[in-house]
Amino acid sequence: MAKNRTAKALKTILFYAGAIALCAPPLFVFVWMIMTGLKTGVQNISYPPEFIFMPTLENFRAVFEQYNFFHYLMNSLIIATLATAISLVLGLPAAYSIAKYRQGKIGILILIARMTPFVSYLLPWYIIFRYLKLIDSYSALTVTHLIITMPMVIWLMVSFFESMPGELEDAAMIDGCSRWQSFLLIVLPLMRNGIATSAIMAFIFSWNQFLFSLILSGPQTKTVPVAVYNFISYGKIDWAGIGAAATLIVLPVSIFAFFVRKSIVQGLTMGALKD
Amino acid sequence: MGEFTEMTAAFSAISRFVDRRQRFFFPAPAVAVLFLIIVLPIVFNLYLTFTKWTVGLGQPQFIGFDNFVEAFGDERVWNGVKVMVYFSGASLALELFLGLMIALYFNRAFRGSEAVQAIYIIPFAATPVAVALIWRIMLNPEIGVINYMLTSIGLPPGLWVSSEHMVVPTLVMVDVWKWTPMITLIVLAGLKSLPQDPYEAARIDGANPLQIFWYITLPLIRPVLIAALMLRSLDNLKEFDMIYTITQGGPGIASETLYLYSYNVSFGFFKAGYGSALMVVVFLVVLVFNVLMNRLRRDASAV
Repeated sequence: MAKNRTAKALKTILFYAGAIALCAPPLFVFVWMIMTGLKTGVQNISYPPEFIFMPTLENFRAVFEQYNFFHYLMNSLIIATLATAISLVLGLPAAYSIAKYRQGKIGILILIARMTPFVSYLLPWYIIFRYLKLIDSYSALTVTHLIITMPMVIWLMVSFFESMPGELEDAAMIDGCSRWQSFLLIVLPLMRNGIATSAIMAFIFSWNQFLFSLILSGPQTKTVPVAVYNFISYGKIDWAGIGAAATLIVLPVSIFAFFVRKSIVQGLTMGALKD
Repeated sequence: MGEFTEMTAAFSAISRFVDRRQRFFFPAPAVAVLFLIIVLPIVFNLYLTFTKWTVGLGQPQFIGFDNFVEAFGDERVWNGVKVMVYFSGASLALELFLGLMIALYFNRAFRGSEAVQAIYIIPFAATPVAVALIWRIMLNPEIGVINYMLTSIGLPPGLWVSSEHMVVPTLVMVDVWKWTPMITLIVLAGLKSLPQDPYEAARIDGANPLQIFWYITLPLIRPVLIAALMLRSLDNLKEFDMIYTITQGGPGIASETLYLYSYNVSFGFFKAGYGSALMVVVFLVVLVFNVLMNRLRRDASAV
């Protein structure tokens, strides 16, 4: 009996040791990011590193006032929102159709899109946009972000649609709905959780996208990943500015991800759990 | 009145027409746009593969397979292949192993496990460039907090990304930090959907936990593991943001993967033809890896 209790206590201790081991790496990097943003430039390059210090919001002010960061946040917001919205409008009916009619050929197109290196799209698009004088325009960036968001929305939504019972829609059809009506009025409202998840995922991946913006954006349309990267490309590295800017970029998407963390999996594992 | 009826009739005729061809009309706009933004660039890229062209200078010149011949003799290509195999092999293996172990851990419910999970998966959505910059600060050999912590517990400091030998393992560490949570989530979902009967039978037969894992869980979860590996490989083999932000392929070319090199050829030297050819090689690597893994997955689920 006593032995059993010791074993149980040992198990509990091991579980909590595991919990600490798993939480420490992500928490440490995040806390260090926020701390870097709250320290002065001098504090950031002092050794040994300071763990206890007087926090300052000076870097956040500088990031907005000197680096015009609000403009870049707006750019990212506009482009990610546009890319997500267009992906939903076009992707939802397509995903529904793939799920319903098992249109495997479209699925292969999506897979090829996911396999192709982004630079393979970037080079042709760069040449085309240069010709059209669309470098540093919202339309160019939105179009290239669609390359990521549209396959993602379709990829995720197919598995959500597949999990939907078919009877409801049949009932709507019998009641005289056209297919469009039943899709818009019955199917989509039922799928609102899945739609929210794919929209958030598409938004996150567009917000995080670096490579396309690195080449195709300019002073006007620079997105936040490129803006924060530029903190190091002018010879001297502004650690404090990076800390503040990184915090501003990462926090919104982390909060989004927190809310959809459970349903992300269902979409990610399309097919993986069924076959 | 007559006109109105005609219009309604026409409208419902259109509606019926669309309805009967739902199979075509629902995916058509998406397919058209995907074709425009994805297939056309790929075709253009394939055409460039057979040309010699510096962007902005003259016209593409057809040279057949010369770009591939050049790639074969290019030392930086071989270096890129080596770095890619090293980086991806190590990070994918580690992510899969740790992902499975951590998923097994989360599969046992305990008080607070929801909260632990929520914290553990934070890195998954974090903007790669932003967190890579923070890692770069932390890994700084002179003033970084990681070396400070190592030395304060009596361990030797490391050179991390400043050393040719340490750079790839260090990048692997950052990649594992960021992406293991995704593997964990997928494997955990797989574990939760496993049938319970084999476990009960094994318990009645008196199997120990290790035997249960080895003879029941592992074979059952194998298709999910392979699927998670495939999904992760799609991005891992084309890892760009993190490597570019932390090392830009350096020191020297010690962390320059084939993908990073092809980017440099295309946008550093603006050699569009050669860059495109290298990109095709990257695509083929991803394709072959996934075809092989898919075959393995089918075999695994057939058992």
